[in-house]
Amino acid sequence: MDSTAPRFSAVGAGAALELRGVTRLFGALAALTDVTITVRPGERRAVLGSNGAGKTTLFNCVTGDFPPSSGTIRFFGEDITHFPPYERIRRGLRRTYQISALFPGLTVRDNIYLACRGVSRGRFSPLRPGANDALMHATEALIQAVHLTPLREQRVAELAHGQQRQLEIALALAGAPRFILFDEPAAGLSPTERRELIDILTSLPAHIGYIIIEHDMDVALRVVESVTMMHNGRVFKEGLPHEIEADPEVQELYLGAGHE
Amino acid sequence: MSLLQGAHPQTSQPAEARAALLAWPEFNKPAVWLVAVILLIMPFIANGFFLIEIFATTLILGTVALSLMFLAGYGGMVSLMQLTVAGFAAYMVAVFGMSANTNISLGWPWWLATPMALILATVFGTLGGALAVRTEGIYTIMITLAIGAAFYYFTNQNWPIFGGHTGINTIATPRFWGIDWRSDIPFYYVTLGVAAFCYFAVQYVSRAPFGLALQGVRDNPRRMAALGFNVNAHRVAAYAFAAFIAALGGVLQVWNYRQISPGSVSVGACIDILIIAVVGGITRPIGPFIGAFIFVILRTFALDLLVKLGLDGNRFRLLIGLGFLAIVFWSSDGVIGLWERWRRGAAAVDKRAGGGHGHG
Repeated sequence: MDSTAPRFSAVGAGAALELRGVTRLFGALAALTDVTITVRPGERRAVLGSNGAGKTTLFNCVTGDFPPSSGTIRFFGEDITHFPPYERIRRGLRRTYQISALFPGLTVRDNIYLACRGVSRGRFSPLRPGANDALMHATEALIQAVHLTPLREQRVAELAHGQQRQLEIALALAGAPRFILFDEPAAGLSPTERRELIDILTSLPAHIGYIIIEHDMDVALRVVESVTMMHNGRVFKEGLPHEIEADPEVQELYLGAGHE
Repeated sequence: MSLLQGAHPQTSQPAEARAALLAWPEFNKPAVWLVAVILLIMPFIANGFFLIEIFATTLILGTVALSLMFLAGYGGMVSLMQLTVAGFAAYMVAVFGMSANTNISLGWPWWLATPMALILATVFGTLGGALAVRTEGIYTIMITLAIGAAFYYFTNQNWPIFGGHTGINTIATPRFWGIDWRSDIPFYYVTLGVAAFCYFAVQYVSRAPFGLALQGVRDNPRRMAALGFNVNAHRVAAYAFAAFIAALGGVLQVWNYRQISPGSVSVGACIDILIIAVVGGITRPIGPFIGAFIFVILRTFALDLLVKLGLDGNRFRLLIGLGFLAIVFWSSDGVIGLWERWRRGAAAVDKRAGGGHGHG
């Protein structure tokens, strides 16, 4: 653990994301209890844990979908605990959803255009984009990057599941993300699509850090450098992928069934 | 390939895409030009009764219903107070302008009273919207209906400003350049101009960032917030835009009848606007105008028809109600939806017939 100790004790303005004592209660149920996590800029981390471990609740607290009951969240040094979601997103935070959260009535291009527009000025503009609109170029580039070019005029409701998952990721890559939360991006993907997903994740620019929730260990451990193991709403263990994989307690808790 | 770094247009596709986004697809259809020409030469075809009682009335009701279509179709917010906003604008024209009720009307010239009415009605609609966006679905309908009902009873009981249940009568209409703009032909062109302006404004905005974002809010408000949008601010802005359109319709309405009374802003009238929008179809700006045309035709002629059948002429609402039921039952997207389904069906038959012929 010695070699990893400094990595996990990074504090203050140096951290991309810093959670201190974050607790979230739903009535009497504590979905998160005193969670303290620090992630460096550019760091890629997996959050593992069984269903109900609090992984998605953690994401919801970070993005502000609902606020934590107590504790503080800092994003690149700034206290964002009480910010509405859109203020966090405008500061470079992004997320994807476990169940695709898209705009089914709009085309692929309009979906991605909205993502680009959301993190730039002119969200209320009543004027259609001009002939040389920079966001239109950015939109087309992003469509190409996630291999959806042939489908860009299709309504999202007509896309296959795998294509919707690709679009889900594309929405999180718009603008200039600094840190992304991926909530089970591989859910329901075919083996080929999983390989494409790994390609996309590993080819992200090095300064973009992320946290990924992923049950598929083959995906998760290939695209991260550190792992946080959660159990019953608490941080159970932190370490390098191979350490976590080899940890007997973790195996008993989580990896047991799948990796025997 | 590297993600996020290929921000340069590599093919001609972006240019194509921009062209598609910029284009007005409506202008490529001959039917649209035909309708436009017919509307423009209408005064040479129709007499004064048809021009005002049918076509101008259709355009006015269509404009008010268009504001509901914008909110419901693009924003997913069913507001029953759009006629109330229009009625508020109408009252303000009467209050600030000139009328027979000299103890109420301030006697401003029309070019001052009208912008004032538009501004105040837009503020009124925006404030109502700011209340309504705190709710979703059925509760939005309830709160906007409550605003409409409250305004109706308020106008009934308030004498100093709203003239109580008798309302305000003999309201002055614009006259300038030597033209009485309330005489049949000029007024028809005024309503046509305003309706066309509103129609194209809604059509245009629907493809601009503001309108696209509103459709995003309709489809998935939570994700819109996670993309950086302030969802409630967007909804309130949509109410403001819709309120301005409804207010334009209200100004035309008060110029048309030259009087305004609580009966014009009753709950029944609010619901008529909903019926017009739903019957026409709320997915496209043309829907409310089609719905308004059907509504006005039924309201005007169903009476004679019913009397001929030996029924009470006042039962025209029964016909409208039955038509409403039938359309909602057969097509969730009003008359437009029926028309599109019929066209798709015809296209499919063509294809099959064509394919069969090829193989034969």
